[in-house]
Amino acid sequence: MHAEQLEIIDFLRRTSPFTELPDEALAEVAGQVEVAYYKAGSPILSFAEEIHHWYLIRSGAVEVFRRNGELYNRLSEGGFFGEFGLLRNNRVRFPVTALEDTLVYLIAEPLFNRLFEAHERFADLVEVEDQTRLRHAVERQKDANPLLNAPAETLIGRPPLCLTADASARTAAQRMSEEGASSLLIRGPGADDRAGLVGILTDRDLRDRLLAPGLPYDTPVSQIMSTDLHWVRHSEFVFEAMLLMLRHNLHHLPVLKRDQVLGVIALSDIIRHESQNSLFVVRSIYQAQSLEELVALRQDVRASFSRMVNEDANSRMIGGAMAMIGRSFKQRLLELGEEKLGEPPVPYCFLALGSMAREEQLIVTDQDNAMILDNRYDASLHEGYFRDLAEFVCDGLAACGYSYCSGKIMASNPQWRQPLRVWEENFSQWIEQPTAEFLLHSSIFFDLEGVWGNLHWADMLNQLIRRKARQNRRFLAAMARNALHRTPPLGFFKGFVMETDGQHSHSINMKRRGTAPLADLLRVHGLSVGSQARNSFERLRDVIDANILPPGRGPDLRDALELISMVRIRHQALDLEAGREPDNRVEPDNLSDFERKNLKDAFQILSNAQKFLRYRYA
Amino acid sequence: MLYLKPKSEAPQAPEGQAVSQPPDWPERLAELAEQARHPALQAYYRAGCVAADTPLEAAPLLAMDFETTGMDPAKDDIVSIGLLPMSLRRIRCAEASHWLIRPRGRLHEDSVVIHRITHSALHRAPDLLEILEPLLEQMQGRIGVVHHRGMERAFLDAALRQRIGEGISFPLIDTMELEARLHRNKPLGLWQRLRGQRPVSIRLGQSRARYHLPFYRPHHALTDALACAELLQAQVAHRFSANTPLHELWC
Repeated sequence: MHAEQLEIIDFLRRTSPFTELPDEALAEVAGQVEVAYYKAGSPILSFAEEIHHWYLIRSGAVEVFRRNGELYNRLSEGGFFGEFGLLRNNRVRFPVTALEDTLVYLIAEPLFNRLFEAHERFADLVEVEDQTRLRHAVERQKDANPLLNAPAETLIGRPPLCLTADASARTAAQRMSEEGASSLLIRGPGADDRAGLVGILTDRDLRDRLLAPGLPYDTPVSQIMSTDLHWVRHSEFVFEAMLLMLRHNLHHLPVLKRDQVLGVIALSDIIRHESQNSLFVVRSIYQAQSLEELVALRQDVRASFSRMVNEDANSRMIGGAMAMIGRSFKQRLLELGEEKLGEPPVPYCFLALGSMAREEQLIVTDQDNAMILDNRYDASLHEGYFRDLAEFVCDGLAACGYSYCSGKIMASNPQWRQPLRVWEENFSQWIEQPTAEFLLHSSIFFDLEGVWGNLHWADMLNQLIRRKARQNRRFLAAMARNALHRTPPLGFFKGFVMETDGQHSHSINMKRRGTAPLADLLRVHGLSVGSQARNSFERLRDVIDANILPPGRGPDLRDALELISMVRIRHQALDLEAGREPDNRVEPDNLSDFERKNLKDAFQILSNAQKFLRYRYA
Repeated sequence: MLYLKPKSEAPQAPEGQAVSQPPDWPERLAELAEQARHPALQAYYRAGCVAADTPLEAAPLLAMDFETTGMDPAKDDIVSIGLLPMSLRRIRCAEASHWLIRPRGRLHEDSVVIHRITHSALHRAPDLLEILEPLLEQMQGRIGVVHHRGMERAFLDAALRQRIGEGISFPLIDTMELEARLHRNKPLGLWQRLRGQRPVSIRLGQSRARYHLPFYRPHHALTDALACAELLQAQVAHRFSANTPLHELWC
């Protein structure tokens, strides 16, 4: 028999999952298919009907329903269906109707089974469980660059060098010279937690605290060491260590495994490890001497974003690094502002809100910020100063690529520049009497972080939110309802026609319909279990630990969040590469079949998670 | 399938009605069985076909397409045949047949350009006579489905006359004629022509596009047979029904 159906072979060859099959198998499929045409609106498969074929859409579109008639999925050219029924007792589980005039190729059960058994990758992609398919996709992504996602312990070069706290500075210096080390860990007299560590001594401590003040060499190290100890757990990622070091301006970080010190990683280890990255951008930001110099760094920010994407960084690293960069801009602008305007008349704290506070910032972002002022603030005396400072920072951020917040949630708006007690009253009232107006802002205000000034106030507000929200069911219910406003675009996969908001009707807003609803959802769960975390992945970790999700849903949500975020990130990177202004709107042409299928699974998971949220809090 | 303009004799009847009275094919095939002398031909006619009032969904069909050396059945010959058994519901690629055939007479350069079948490919190909039995066996009992009946029936008839001294006739559904019924039943008015309207094309590709069928590269006999088979399914889904009796379509 001739396998002469070239048109069919050509189609299969460019359609996933057939792309995984060798040519002989494609020829066999092409020679064996049956073809059927369905007019728009006509049923293709009915519930419980017997099924002995696998269906591949050659042209047109279909709708797949649940048994209760609810829309489950839309599929277009290259989509397939019927595998559920074929792999389970040959009865149709999901009825299918033609949405448009549709031509389908049918593959008979014996051939389908043979392909499924003989070709592993093909089977992976056809996999009955959508979630399984997604898991594979995310895992493959992880495999792509093991080093960037490496645990911190992989950077440790040697066992830790330790001294006791009563040793002299001279002994310490000799030891460091012998070992060629730039730091030593200092142990206390008795066994303590954190492996008995009481401090760390570095080259810099010897210089700044011993030589410069002219102390004698037999000074005990306990007097010159740094006691403000930070450390990472051995299983935390390298990038988490990196963020911690950037944040606290550390050059050395001990790595702990339970109560054991495994070693110390130095900033230079990380720099070597991850040579070109956002660290340098951050350094340039701190070195910039004027607004003009800061504005000029915009290109470097974008380059470092692209580089991270190209190096297969995960969404958390990229979101964390971009937030770090954004925070640095704010800090430097505030420094420049204070230089220009003079010392602040009363203390204040500058807040980052929303995605920056969650460490989920990307390249396209607007500024959401606010100011906490000292309770001694007197508008008649101090308003001018803080208005000028806030305007300097907000205008500066806009010039650096962080566009003004359309909802005016900015420190330059006097409404969001208030003394601490007003903030405390506001937050208490918002939680106790959640009004519609406030709920509009809740997704922004409930993720807050101090970036400059008296950071302690930001912590106090965070504690207040955590304490009050958890106890207030009515508030959680209101937050949950709010989190359900933005729905995932399940109609997305039929020609992307569902986003009907005017000019961009052929694209899908991945932030509004994807990452934002996910962040909203995790915030509600996070608040309800009293999580201290702000990052969505960390919130999810706490939510999973609290055991409130149905089994298996937690990991599914993590994969969905990662996948949706990465599609958004890659889309922005592609825009940058092509010289376009990046945005959040993904066009179908920029997605591979594979991404489309996985994205669909991810949105399905989000949709299910929203249903659970409604059920749990409403 | 060579794309021809509809001939001037193109049917001009209201939609849903056959052009001229088609033969009653079971009766006609029985008559021809009496006259035929070649055994393969006799066997074909004797197998007969389903009755004129058979609903479409019960009719065994066979999508057909020939590639030829030119347009004139009297001078030109067949170089390939694609056959695809089908029903209203399914087209069955697994039972398809495709043959290359060595034509008698010259292979014109211009037709080679169209169907891309070259001399060397045909050098080892059989003569039509050698495949006549399997060809007629595939056709037995089935109603042919073609796009533009001027080709397949006329060419097979002429080719057999040349080889065995007697021709052939067989029942067909013509998807082009079904399109013509819809789009050629009244000529465009002067006003429409002034406004630059052109008559709707009833060529295979354009007809398929109207039913949202995908584009297939033309001029491979089996691909064209598939294209024609899908078109019939689409036409029936939109304009007829599974219960439409066969005699409303065949000719």
